[in-house]
Amino acid sequence: MRRETILNTLLYLAMPVAAALALALDEPFLITLITRAAIFALAAVGLNLALGLGGLVSLGHAAFFGIGGYAMGILAHHAQTYTPVIDSWIVLEGTKSMPVIWLVAIVSSALAALAIGALSLRTSGVYFIMITLAFGQMFYYFAISWPAYGGEDGLSIYVRNDFPGLNTLDPMQFFALVFAILSAVLWWMGRLARAPFGLALSAARQNAERVETVGLGPFRLRLVAFVISGAVTGLAGALFADLNRFVSPTMFSWQMSGEFIVFIVLGGVGRLFGPVAGAMLFVLLEHLLSPVSDFWLIYVGAILLLVVLFARGGLIGSLAGREVAHG
Amino acid sequence: MTPILLIEQVLNGLQSGITLFLMAAGLTLIFGVMGLINLAHGSLYMVGAFAAAAVAGWTGSFVLALGAALAAAAAAGMIIEMVVIRRLYDRDHLDQVLATFALILIFSEGTRWVFGSFPLYLDVPAALSGPVTLPGGILYPSYRLLIIVIGLLIALGLFQLIARTRIGIQIRAGESDREMIAALGVDISRLYTIVFALGAALAGLAGALVGAIQSVQVGMGEPVLILAFVVIVIGGIGSIKGALVGALLVGLTDTLGGVLLPLLFGLFMDPSSATTIGSALASMSIYILMALVLLFRPTGLYGGA
Amino acid sequence: MKMKSLVAAACMALAGTAALADGHGGKLKVGMITTLSGGGAGLGIDVRDGFLLAAKGSDMLDIVIEDDQQKPDIAVQLADKMIQSEKVDVLTGIIWSNLAMAVVPSATAQGKFYLSPNAGPSALAGQGCSPLYFNVAWQNDAFYEAGGLWANDNDIEKVFLMAPNYPAGIDGMTGFKRTFEGEIVNEVYTKLGQTDYAAEIAQIRASDADTVYFFLPGGMGISFMKQWAGSGVDKNVMGPAFSFDQGILGAIGEAALGVKNTAHWAKDLDVPGNAEFVQAFQDEYGRLPSLYAAQGYDTALLLMSAMGKADVNDQDAFQAALKEADFQSVRGDFAFADNHHPIQDIYMREVVKEGDVVTNKIIGVAASDHSDVYGAECKM
Repeated sequence: MRRETILNTLLYLAMPVAAALALALDEPFLITLITRAAIFALAAVGLNLALGLGGLVSLGHAAFFGIGGYAMGILAHHAQTYTPVIDSWIVLEGTKSMPVIWLVAIVSSALAALAIGALSLRTSGVYFIMITLAFGQMFYYFAISWPAYGGEDGLSIYVRNDFPGLNTLDPMQFFALVFAILSAVLWWMGRLARAPFGLALSAARQNAERVETVGLGPFRLRLVAFVISGAVTGLAGALFADLNRFVSPTMFSWQMSGEFIVFIVLGGVGRLFGPVAGAMLFVLLEHLLSPVSDFWLIYVGAILLLVVLFARGGLIGSLAGREVAHG
Repeated sequence: MTPILLIEQVLNGLQSGITLFLMAAGLTLIFGVMGLINLAHGSLYMVGAFAAAAVAGWTGSFVLALGAALAAAAAAGMIIEMVVIRRLYDRDHLDQVLATFALILIFSEGTRWVFGSFPLYLDVPAALSGPVTLPGGILYPSYRLLIIVIGLLIALGLFQLIARTRIGIQIRAGESDREMIAALGVDISRLYTIVFALGAALAGLAGALVGAIQSVQVGMGEPVLILAFVVIVIGGIGSIKGALVGALLVGLTDTLGGVLLPLLFGLFMDPSSATTIGSALASMSIYILMALVLLFRPTGLYGGA
Repeated sequence: MKMKSLVAAACMALAGTAALADGHGGKLKVGMITTLSGGGAGLGIDVRDGFLLAAKGSDMLDIVIEDDQQKPDIAVQLADKMIQSEKVDVLTGIIWSNLAMAVVPSATAQGKFYLSPNAGPSALAGQGCSPLYFNVAWQNDAFYEAGGLWANDNDIEKVFLMAPNYPAGIDGMTGFKRTFEGEIVNEVYTKLGQTDYAAEIAQIRASDADTVYFFLPGGMGISFMKQWAGSGVDKNVMGPAFSFDQGILGAIGEAALGVKNTAHWAKDLDVPGNAEFVQAFQDEYGRLPSLYAAQGYDTALLLMSAMGKADVNDQDAFQAALKEADFQSVRGDFAFADNHHPIQDIYMREVVKEGDVVTNKIIGVAASDHSDVYGAECKM
């Protein structure tokens, strides 16, 4: 086996093993922390399809994360207060069922990604970074000043939503659910990267003209990638909201988008497990450094800077060697 | 709304545009010459404001404070250029975004470590503290007029610098063909340091000028940074002229949107929801403006292909 | 994380029986979640320092402090950590309403006491009230309602309202309008985090209001006041204390002189224990205390007063002990209403210069024995 494959396997197993240990030691908070890392990983895996494979540096993925979060928040809020979501010519009830919420989160963030992508992908390079940032900011300010769902205060959902057959308030069961989703998405992303679609997308990143000459439209390829990417990040948003039993506009903030990119770069750009490694490392740093000093963000900044300057393949790149293998 | 109030608001929009221009000019210059996205530009703005507040506190002189802001921001810019930024020129935008994002964290928390968590005191000089009466009976704060004048002078100076001086010629050459000017024997790494320090000094000056009428606090740079990015994207990255036009557009849209949109919605809505919805839309207005500009001109108003 | 927690867990397993048998033996574990980094850190640091000052010299409290970075999701995570891992008895510390809304309902649902040293969202005072939740600061509307009452008594007739366009801002203005009987000339809601108020100042100048009443927390208020001073507009300025607190006045300077603001505390308030608190705070930290520091201080005093009367494990008894509020508040008379929110006097303060220091001075009582209007909705 290649070193990267071994490393990926270890990384993949680290989460459930750590969670099982935490369970055995009766440290439920650690399970919550690992779940948080897994959800961040999922969001960044979504972004990685656009960023790593497609070369689309989106500084606005928090928009999809937030849409997913609010899909959960709004549906559960209406179910909790027994009021319909829409009550005009069509009546739409809220729900506490996770599968339904996930579906709504995926569809609505995919639609948003379709609209944002169709507009943003007309630009490239820095313009693309900035226009995605601008769309993210639009959602952020909208969420803050729109009073119907709590504005800046956000929405509290007092009990986690339901999944058939599981007690989702139990940290281990909720972790298992998140981990299963993360595994499924990772498996699918791995396949996608090796499928003709992934190869073409990757080729378009390296040389757009060449792909065009063989008859594949890079615009459509990228748009599809962007939509899938947004949908996965949206799903992560719904899970994140459920983890915290709370949604607020901070899920839309540009720092959130920045953090997703940080996860990918910390772990290793364009590597399937890069976001997983990066999210785990970031949550770990946050957990270990914040008690050390009031100014712990300085250390995070310094570590990040060193990784970007000197460890170019990120964590996986440094441990598994330089060559970037997509998949 | 009276015409006089409208004129006053237009002046306000101009003034906020001019301060944005000071930020955006450096950002766009750095991008144009070195191809670098610098998220830490807002931190240099903050450095300028803190240096000005500290020196004004010690000496009581506003002029010295402005000088200190220029010097401190230029020095900080030079140091980060030589230590960090230099290694990023041949990297892709992703690495640049990340590394300068990390610099923001270091600068912000470092400043908090040195100056504490509370906002600092910095006031306009006593001579400029009141309003002046403009033709037509408009009362306008004299300090804001000074900002408009300084900003326009700097814009003029920058155009002259780029059009007429030796370093300007090198900058223009660097924008169009990087290998070429190295071949011509220009010390390119010195040129880059100078351009970066110049951009940093402009940001520091903006921070000090604005700091006197706003709050000098950690994190003050980020909102301005995002606005400055909106400005240069609208104007076309690398274009000083674009930065000026973009800055004025953004300043006017932001100011007039905040005033006019609630009034507009008030025409067909009850007042309280008109203010909420109008304000909500106003806070999104510049981003909508930017999206519209990019839809019709994907490289901004004055951007090259 | 794994290594560290393994070690921690091993220690806990060894010490486990001892800790259980101990039954807290007069000690109580407090989890403080507050904002210690980023732009809002000043408030959290003051609450923390005030709390620690009161707890100093007493070994009754075992205090765990964590930084929420002013992010709701971090605050939720820290609350889970403190409840699940640290096994705290009481939570406190949150500064911001939106963070409190994210943390408090689930913390009280898990059977933990929460003492609020700052935020008081209306939902937690009304329908969402809980027997385990005590607000030691104020319900969010309190300072505004008192401001409206004071305006009625002091010949203020036409008011221009301004606040950021977010729930705390809109609630605050609603609070003012609830008690104010004069005319509201205009209401302006600005962008959250806005730093330039030239456009709003022009609107105020053009209006026929005699007074501006505004709520702009943190840097927003600093920016507004500096620009207001430069505009030469001559109207009364009023607001809640949040924009004129000690940490902020230092940055505004003389531009704030003469501004009237409502608060439940001031450093010159002549009640037993207050002068000692102000002196002790200055000796300990080398700066003047703010109202946040006073709230943190009172929170710790309240907690320790209840510990003398009941065991935290007996929830009903401990709750009753807290409800008595049997401590000497630096605000003077202090009691809890049935919804566990304060009944207290709210004062009008004026910004003055004492020597070289710009600070607040009490000029009168704006509302006596003030309590909030949401209590009727609270069923517990």
